[in-house]
Amino acid sequence: MIHFVLLISRQGKVRLTKWYSPYSQKERTKVIRELGGVILNRGPKLCNFVDWRGFKVVYKRYASLYFCMCIDQDDNELEVLEIIHHFVEILDRYFGSVCELDLIFNFHKAYYILDELLLAGELQESSKKTVARLIAAQDSLVETAKEQASSISNIIAQATK
Amino acid sequence: MNPFSSGTRLRDMIRAIRACKTAAEERAVVRKECAAIRAAINENDQDYRHRNLAKLMFIHMLGYPTHFGQMECLKLIASTGFPEKRIGYLGLMLLLDERQEVLMLVTNSLKQDLNHSNQYIVGLALCALGNISSAEMARDLAPDVERLLQFRDPNIRKKAALCSIRIIKKVPDLAENFMNPASSLLKEKHHGVLITGVQLCTDLCKVSSEALEYFRENCIEGLVKTLRDIANSPYSPEYDIAGITDPFLHIRLLKLLRILGQGDADASDCMTDILAQVASRTESNKNAGNAILYECVETIMSIEDNGGLRVLAINILGRFLSNRDNNIRYVGLNMLMKAIMVDAKAVQRHRATILECVKDSDASIQKRALELVYLLVNESNVKPLTKELIEYLEVSDQEFKGDITAKICSLVEKFSPAKIWYIDQMLKVLSEAGNFVKDEVWHALIIVISNASDLHGYTVRALYRVFQASTEQESLVRVAVWCVGEYGDMLVNNVGMLDIEEPITVTESDAVDAMEVAIKCQRLGLTTKAMALIALFKLSSRFPSCSERINDIIVQNKRSLVLELQQRSIEFSCILQKHQNIRSALVERMPILDEKTFSGRKAGSLPTAVSTSSIIPCNLPNGIGKPAAAPIGDLLDLSSDDAPPAPVSSGGDFLQDLLGVDLSPASAPSGTSQSPKTGTDVLLDLLSIGTSPSVQSSSSAIDILSSSHDNKAPVSNLNGLASHSSLSANATSPASSAGMMDLLDGTGAITQKHEENGPAYPSLVAYESSTLRMTFNFSRQPGNPQTTFIQATFTNLSPNVYNDFLFQAAVPKFLQLHLVPASSNTLPASGNGSITQCLKVTNTQHGKKSLVMRIRIAYKTNDKDVLEEGQINNFPRDL
Repeated sequence: MIHFVLLISRQGKVRLTKWYSPYSQKERTKVIRELGGVILNRGPKLCNFVDWRGFKVVYKRYASLYFCMCIDQDDNELEVLEIIHHFVEILDRYFGSVCELDLIFNFHKAYYILDELLLAGELQESSKKTVARLIAAQDSLVETAKEQASSISNIIAQATK
Repeated sequence: MNPFSSGTRLRDMIRAIRACKTAAEERAVVRKECAAIRAAINENDQDYRHRNLAKLMFIHMLGYPTHFGQMECLKLIASTGFPEKRIGYLGLMLLLDERQEVLMLVTNSLKQDLNHSNQYIVGLALCALGNISSAEMARDLAPDVERLLQFRDPNIRKKAALCSIRIIKKVPDLAENFMNPASSLLKEKHHGVLITGVQLCTDLCKVSSEALEYFRENCIEGLVKTLRDIANSPYSPEYDIAGITDPFLHIRLLKLLRILGQGDADASDCMTDILAQVASRTESNKNAGNAILYECVETIMSIEDNGGLRVLAINILGRFLSNRDNNIRYVGLNMLMKAIMVDAKAVQRHRATILECVKDSDASIQKRALELVYLLVNESNVKPLTKELIEYLEVSDQEFKGDITAKICSLVEKFSPAKIWYIDQMLKVLSEAGNFVKDEVWHALIIVISNASDLHGYTVRALYRVFQASTEQESLVRVAVWCVGEYGDMLVNNVGMLDIEEPITVTESDAVDAMEVAIKCQRLGLTTKAMALIALFKLSSRFPSCSERINDIIVQNKRSLVLELQQRSIEFSCILQKHQNIRSALVERMPILDEKTFSGRKAGSLPTAVSTSSIIPCNLPNGIGKPAAAPIGDLLDLSSDDAPPAPVSSGGDFLQDLLGVDLSPASAPSGTSQSPKTGTDVLLDLLSIGTSPSVQSSSSAIDILSSSHDNKAPVSNLNGLASHSSLSANATSPASSAGMMDLLDGTGAITQKHEENGPAYPSLVAYESSTLRMTFNFSRQPGNPQTTFIQATFTNLSPNVYNDFLFQAAVPKFLQLHLVPASSNTLPASGNGSITQCLKVTNTQHGKKSLVMRIRIAYKTNDKDVLEEGQINNFPRDL
């Protein structure tokens, strides 16, 4: 099971955190600081796994961002690398060649995508297309609601003129 | 209208935060935004609630407190529109976790949303429930989730399946409700549902053996077929990764098969064909393929034995190990660690490759490989493997050295075929990484050396050689100094020369030079220098020709700024100049150290109970109690021991041991007890390596001093000595002056002391069973009512001798307990003798609470371990 997902920038800034196991706020900050220190300091050619407090942290760097996932000792590290890549590809497709700024300003969208990909710390969907379709459908629901709201407020505004 | 309520847009806030140049600036921006959001919350602003929550989430990610926004999430979730719910649920998952009480409030909204007509809203609710549900919520909402496992849309079914995993993990009793719906998910075609369904079955098997049996009976064939179909499926672009259709599904199926096959021969039989196919046909040039192979190998290793498959699996691991990709090598090592349980021989074949991995530049791989090597070592290969590891130690990174030395030391100790080999290897390790080893390691080495009497000469010469080469590694220097001190004559005379040794000529003054180097070297610590000083002192009698020079060196140290060294040198030089008659006896070689006691100590038994048992038997601190029975002759005729050997003292000769402690090795106990802050176990090196620091407490020091004068014997000569050593101690510590005074006062003081001792307490039978009686005698130091000294006397009421006798006691927090080592660890049968042990109890709540103590006594009789326990509540009231 995946215990948490972290996106950390090369400067150590947190870009996304998702916790599937209970960690208190204090523990979360500590975990982020600790792992940031370990992972950002590893050289480029080393393996993508770090042993950490009896767990394994699988990380992969994409441009300026480190994608980290913490898993149990007996989980498949190589598969988690694939899951990370899967996530990145979906983000890439959604934002159109994604960059760190996309994830900063649209962090909530990144969370929505992650929620379609992982649930309860397990993989939910192996098809990129399905994830994209589900996100698009929900985005359009939001859009329609917004339009409706603005049209209603227009009507009210006009009526009260 | 609140001026803040419209606020800034999310985008603008993020920009403003990013534009901050300092942390202080950022805090200011965040503070302003938080104030605005709080104001909006107080106003119960509806229009911007979702925007405010989004801002809060960003602020939360930066690590600022956002608890005040938790209720906003609940309000958004309770609203009707999809956009509000979407952001509300996101906020809920981000800002809360299952341990917050607020979460309970959302249960009702969740229940409604799970039954909502809009499937996306159902999806949101499932997602939130799956990610942060608590046990109560899981119990409340399980029926709804169970129903959703049959929902028409597959995307809801897959979410419900994963949500069920969370539920059964939180409430395992619910597992049986999910067995049937889960097994029907396995028949689906939709990959998302299949993946999650297989995962659900896997987790069901983990929490319920009933489910395991059920799936074993009903699902194996279906699963094998699904795996076969997916493995043989033609190219499908939607699920293709590097030419493999849906590796995620592959891996999950393999994992479930592993659980089903484990411990069941029939089930294992069912899946061998497909496992063989996956293992042999999966492409291994991409990560996805390797991930499948990795999982497949693990399954093959775990299910019931099938020789052919295992060979295939081990071969795959061999390929992994020689892969250039670090990730692949890492998982290869990982897997071999599991394989070693199944097939150690096959793993041994890869020994060379594994050793290569220990030398890898990647810390993760090094660590794995080292652990694996550690598992691989056995009696037959310990020599070559240790050789490799030591060679590697020379080139390894600084931060890795600690790990690797610890492993080598433990291997060498465990599998050593011969003492000489052990000593050789340890010398190598110490000269490479002596600064990384723990104290126990070099202590153990000294004990082994002390026990290998035929190798004393060899060892001391070898150590001398390494010492000459370098004094970089402190623990090596300590061992060398100790050995030169003990066996210096063997060094010079080439005693016990082995064939393999190169001859070496060391003059007496060379050996003294070496010790002088150790004392003068700036880099070396106090403990080492103190050891060197003792070594010199010992050499003074081994090498009479150098006696003058040694005296000079010792005298030089009289001016040392370090109290410990100063005191030692003053005492040593006093002995050298004034007490030649007893010197040679004082510096006799140490008796052989007892390995068993030491290893027992290492195993963590009560440290005070073993070791220097000899100090104690003379009772209570101020010199009350029975006068020692040893004859005067013994006192002066210090023929054998110069320092009490750890455990071997017999009841009678404790006086001599006492004196040994008192005079010869520089009245070490009193010295150390006065300066415990220096943190060095000087006593420890003196007495033996085994002694624990706790012996150094002031009470034991007093003990020694007072008991030595208790004997009425030593008359002028002893008195002079004792007072000398106590003088120096006295200067430094008024704390223990009572004991010191005693000494200086001479014998006449005893009676006087008696009276000063405050009220006398009757002795107390603290514990009595059919086999054992323990009596307590109490005494106090005048002017210190909080501290009570207790002398425990143990009497054996059975006809059998008790060995390995160990008394332990525990007290509540308001008491402080200090145990002094017992007089012996053997208790003679039928009351023909007793063991005594002193305890010092400080009652911080003196006058309010009385003493209470829990005790445990362990011993061996007739080769059987016996444990007696009890509680003592009947202490005299005013203690």
